[in-house]
Amino acid sequence: MHPALLGLITIAVAVASCIGYFYGSNWVLDKVLFPAKGPNAGRNINRANMIRPWLFLFPAFAALGLYLAYPVFETLRLSFMDANGREFVGTDNYVRMVGEGKFWEAVRNNFLWLLVVPAASTAFGLMVAQLTDRLAWGNIAKSLIFMPMAISFVGASVIWKLVYEARPVESEQIGVLNAIYLAMGGTDPITWITVPFWNNFFLMVILIWIQTGFAMVILSAALRGIPEETVEAAIVDGAGPFAIFFKIKVPQIMPTIVVVWTTITIATLKVFDIVFAMTNGQWETQVLANYMFDKLFRANDWGVGSASAMVIMLMVTPILVWNIVQVRKEDSR
Amino acid sequence: MAVAEENRTGGFLSGLTGMFSSKSEDDGIAGQKSALGWAVNLSVLFLVFLWLFPTVGLFVSSFRTADQIASSGWWSSLSTQVAQNPAIRLAGDEFPEGDLFVVEGNIFDSEGAEITAWGWSSRGPEDFAPGDTAELSRDRAITLQSNGDFRLTGVESFEGARLPRVFTTASSPPEFTLQNYNYMLFQGSNESMAGAFFNTLTVTIPATIIPILVAAFAAYALAWMEFPGRALLVALVVALLVVPLQLALIPLLKLHISVGIGKGYLGVWLAHMGFGLPLAIYLLRNYMAGLPRDIIENARVDGATDFQIFMRIILPLSFPALASFAIFQFLWTWNDLLVAKVFLIDSTGQTTVMTDQIVNLLGTRGGNWEILATAAFVSISVPLIVFFSLQRYLVRGLLAGSVK
Repeated sequence: MHPALLGLITIAVAVASCIGYFYGSNWVLDKVLFPAKGPNAGRNINRANMIRPWLFLFPAFAALGLYLAYPVFETLRLSFMDANGREFVGTDNYVRMVGEGKFWEAVRNNFLWLLVVPAASTAFGLMVAQLTDRLAWGNIAKSLIFMPMAISFVGASVIWKLVYEARPVESEQIGVLNAIYLAMGGTDPITWITVPFWNNFFLMVILIWIQTGFAMVILSAALRGIPEETVEAAIVDGAGPFAIFFKIKVPQIMPTIVVVWTTITIATLKVFDIVFAMTNGQWETQVLANYMFDKLFRANDWGVGSASAMVIMLMVTPILVWNIVQVRKEDSR
Repeated sequence: MAVAEENRTGGFLSGLTGMFSSKSEDDGIAGQKSALGWAVNLSVLFLVFLWLFPTVGLFVSSFRTADQIASSGWWSSLSTQVAQNPAIRLAGDEFPEGDLFVVEGNIFDSEGAEITAWGWSSRGPEDFAPGDTAELSRDRAITLQSNGDFRLTGVESFEGARLPRVFTTASSPPEFTLQNYNYMLFQGSNESMAGAFFNTLTVTIPATIIPILVAAFAAYALAWMEFPGRALLVALVVALLVVPLQLALIPLLKLHISVGIGKGYLGVWLAHMGFGLPLAIYLLRNYMAGLPRDIIENARVDGATDFQIFMRIILPLSFPALASFAIFQFLWTWNDLLVAKVFLIDSTGQTTVMTDQIVNLLGTRGGNWEILATAAFVSISVPLIVFFSLQRYLVRGLLAGSVK
């Protein structure tokens, strides 16, 4: 069968069975199990209403449980098993992983990414949000800076690979970075993504380029939410534009800045496609997600692969806890 | 916060404008306001330029010929192209002229090129100007005009001998072509993006639609139904929102293989559904919780069941949130590489998606920018169309989706 046809059938079946499930289960609950009539009508209605939420929740949470919650524990278990997941090997995988230079390279790079990307994206986003706020063509500008968000990491990698392209010195440079470098007096074109350590930053530029738009959209809305009076009061007191921005506006949107920062941090932790497409971890650009992919599908070592996945999980956990705390605070308000 | 975006009318903006006019009045410095305005305009212009430049570069490159891409940066694609051509061997029929043998012709296939320098050996490819006559060994001589016309003379017949080669540096008019797209989409080569395009579409559409309904029901329960453990489930959704999907790869692949789904479309749909659900539930719940309580309670008083309330009131009212999520999920599944690589693409390579195809091309065609640029733009074009036409919903979803 043609896959597209299969796709259409799947959509039809899925939508139909979804509606069928919810309609059917509610019908069974109201008409068969606890009919709202007869001697026990009142009790039946109460009982039905106690069960109903779980009918609504069941499919989604079953899928969540199977596709996200269970794998967390299964990965934890697999990280203590051998390469095929059959025999218990204790902490062997972790010991082997810690003994690998590539692993530490990945950890170092991940921390570099974590330091640079969220900070740079948030800063650029805030800057653009503030600058465009008072512009007549601000919305167009924002839309264009937001655009990379729609571009895949792979597409973005191709786009930036052209920027970093290096040709032999005797021919014309077609990568803009080398063209500028030579115009400014450089003698030899540089293959930017093979220069250890600094190449990490050339890869980070791609993610910053993508994430700035996200930061900008959210921070721009936050800036508009600032009560006018505070700004006006500052003007009356003679504050200049920079003082207003840094002393009045930024403190007021601090909570939003933190949200943006953590959201980008999570995206940064999981970065895979960019490194995979640009260097595949060569020239000391390895990151954890790519290291893990390498272990899984090239070395076929599920043990070390799972162990490295747990390291990513460990790095995400503080933000996970913080998010839960925030949501609970908001709900109890 | 979503409301703030909608109501961005005068309020704050006029406040700002007021701020600056009042400032310049206070200080009595008329120039300050416009100087600052200029600085802001210019810096935004510069940032927009910086952000667009790389994408435009690839876009322009996808319409250039391979030769022109290789010989000049895309930013000079509109100006005349000056390039050193590979050696061209003279060809033509000889005819006698006095006691000389002569061959005449033109070295170029197409019109418009203009030679600026030339030579007859690789050691001196730019030794001669157009119109010059170069003396070769054995009393041969070449004259080459700027339009490519050449005249080769010699005292011996050229019959049976290989004619000499010329090296030219020529400028040619800028040339744009749809040939790259034709090759990548319609030529049916094994590098074609056409198959991958439909595969991507096949992955994306069900993976976008299926989670919405499932999530909407759960979101309604979390937003409007009272039951013990509700707060705990909300916390669980928030927690799963940030769980890296890297953790799910091995266990789920094992699971899919053991229940017989293996690698294929069904597996990738299910995986995308599972990974998309936390955001869907979270987004929809936030939105639904903000709907007016009166409507729902009135309906309850009128005897509507939860199922009816959901289908007739909540679902239609939640359309903006549903649209937001649909766009997110579409962009994410369309642009995804990792999930497809793990759950879909098998060793036959029949089910490759566009992102994977591009990565393969990066490996095999690293320097062929006409191929890479075109492949990338075939893949990027659909999300860009979605982005620019539905940006409003995307922004709204982002604002509702970030944990406040």
